[in-house]
Amino acid sequence: MTTLLIADHADGALGDATAKALTAAVALGAPVHVLVAGGDVAAVAEAAAKLDGVAAVLTATGDIYAHGLAEPLADLIVSLAGDYDALVAASTTTGKNVMPRVAALLDVMQVSDVMAVEGPDTFRRPIYAGNAIQTVRSTDPKKVLTVRTASFPAAGEGGSAEIKPVDAAADPGLSSFVGEEVAASDRPELGAARVIVSGGRALGSAEKFHEVIEPLADALGAAIGASRAAVDAGYAPNDWQVGQTGKVVAPELYIACGISGAIQHLAGMKDSKVIVAINKDEEAPIFQVADYGLVGDLFTIVPELQGEIKKHTS
Amino acid sequence: MKILVPVKRVVDYNVKIRVKPDGTGVDLANVKMSMNPFDEIAVEEALRLREAGTAAEVIAVSIGPKQAQETLRTALAMGADRAILVEVDEMLEPLDVAKILKGVIGEEAPGLVILGKQAIDDDCNQTGQMLAALLGWAQGTFASKVAVDGDSVDVTREVDGGLQTVKLKMPAIVTTDLRLNEPRYASLPNIMKAKKKPLDQKTPGDYGVEPKRRLEVITTAEPGKRQAGVKVGSVAELVDKLKNEAGVI
Ligand SMILES: Cc1cc2nc3c(=O)[nH]c(=O)nc-3n(C[C@H](O)[C@H](O)[C@H](O)COP(=O)(O)OP(=O)(O)OC[C@H]3O[C@@H](n4cnc5c(N)ncnc54)[C@H](O)[C@@H]3O)c2cc1C
Ligand SMILES: Nc1ncnc2c1ncn2[C@@H]1O[C@H](COP(=O)(O)O)[C@@H](O)[C@H]1O
Repeated sequence: MTTLLIADHADGALGDATAKALTAAVALGAPVHVLVAGGDVAAVAEAAAKLDGVAAVLTATGDIYAHGLAEPLADLIVSLAGDYDALVAASTTTGKNVMPRVAALLDVMQVSDVMAVEGPDTFRRPIYAGNAIQTVRSTDPKKVLTVRTASFPAAGEGGSAEIKPVDAAADPGLSSFVGEEVAASDRPELGAARVIVSGGRALGSAEKFHEVIEPLADALGAAIGASRAAVDAGYAPNDWQVGQTGKVVAPELYIACGISGAIQHLAGMKDSKVIVAINKDEEAPIFQVADYGLVGDLFTIVPELQGEIKKHTS
Repeated sequence: MKILVPVKRVVDYNVKIRVKPDGTGVDLANVKMSMNPFDEIAVEEALRLREAGTAAEVIAVSIGPKQAQETLRTALAMGADRAILVEVDEMLEPLDVAKILKGVIGEEAPGLVILGKQAIDDDCNQTGQMLAALLGWAQGTFASKVAVDGDSVDVTREVDGGLQTVKLKMPAIVTTDLRLNEPRYASLPNIMKAKKKPLDQKTPGDYGVEPKRRLEVITTAEPGKRQAGVKVGSVAELVDKLKNEAGVI
């Protein structure tokens, strides 16, 4: 039959995560429809219709969908589920919030964080912070999947799918949106960045984090990441956390500055193509996964690295 | 108001697990087990709500083997009032856990259920959301702040772009993120006292649930290992390698 992919979007833009999850959805082997639910969805629906591999785009509009509230969104997805064999979303905070609710309403088990599609019902997924990989076969009549976006390339453009509206589901009236704090930034998004510069506890303060990490990231056009210790200490905002319980990333280049390399951090970045570690402790576990290690004080190395990169790229 | 806190017994977060060479799973023999770290945060939050007078009683529940009693005793030593063990031999999937918890909630009628956002063994991140679905309740996942206000609760959530605050009708489900609070340690006198607190024993059948696996595990394998890298002697050498060897800048 058909697969329904739930689009992840914010501020009228379709997230890169959806294009990556689409690659996993297409791998299931059935035609893929994309559901775009939101307050104003026209631009996002058009972007989704252009993605290669999308057979149709469904739109649902209404204030109740404007902030991705799990309760109405899950009811909407369930109201459409009869026509689909598989329901798929990226493992973003929205996908993680809503899909298990959908799965339970359909009385099926979700497969979380799919990192490989081996067949229409067989998937690989990480457990124990990625220290073991399970291959599981879902025996449920419908598959509900969230997709680890770092494991799939983004689908390209070239499609021209039909866009059709669907009816909103009734508002369950359980929750409402109060507010949000979203930091605006010109930097690439962590999940989509080609290069990530990450800082750890060693930075010592928010000021130092800003002074030392940002110029290197600027020189590389990179996104900024952080360890949990750096986030906990208030040096970096929570949405920069990379790891088992933060974001999972796989950029071409990941530069870890003053990060020890706890398994929970490695879980979020060890699939990066090239890893650089800068740490003054030559025994730090981060060096076990780093392609290039530089032992020394980050406060001298990072500015020097920034200067050297500027020379090479200008 | 009662608060129910489901706590899971998992491999301690400091343990580097070993995958069995024959692909049948993870070696759990003689491995240190602890309460799932997110569940400690859930217990702590519930205790703070009780201490603030918002809640009257905190009940910890675990679904697991006999040894999960230790996990419940830890919750009791932190300050939970009583505990319920639903004994099962094998590790259940989140959907069955949620169905059993729904049964417990049917008997206890809590105003708030606080779970961890994720168990660090299966890394599923599902149980709270599933439980909310089965009950038809609101859910506030990945909470970094919880503020009860009459018959609703404001939950600030850690989301990809920053923070989002939602208002939930109670009774409601909350799942904890790491920055919600810092859990207390149990003091020795409290560990002693915890031994006398009530701990009920139940079975899934008591709640009319017959656990059934939906995801058949075919193999469990080690992740691909990275090739050992090199240490470079200087920044100039690093940049040269990034440019000419790795081709990433
Ligand atoms: C349930 C749970 C979930 C977790 N999830 C995550 C997660 O998602 N992501 C995550 O990152 N962590 C996570 N953690 C935390 C993790 O266990 C570590 O505590 C954390 O990653 C450590 O951060 P760090 O490397 O910045 O700090 P530290 O371990 O303190 O390391 C700092 C490093 O900086 C080096 N250093 C110090 N000064 C300098 C200098 N001047 N120059 C160069 N190097 C220097 C030191 O040698 C050291 O190696 C989790 C923990 C738990 C319990
Ligand atoms: N067997 C269990 N017993 C008690 N609580 C559980 C159990 N499994 C999961 N939970 C709760 O559900 C949360 C999320 O687990 P999971 O969905 O498996 O990642 C955990 O942090 C616990 O609060």
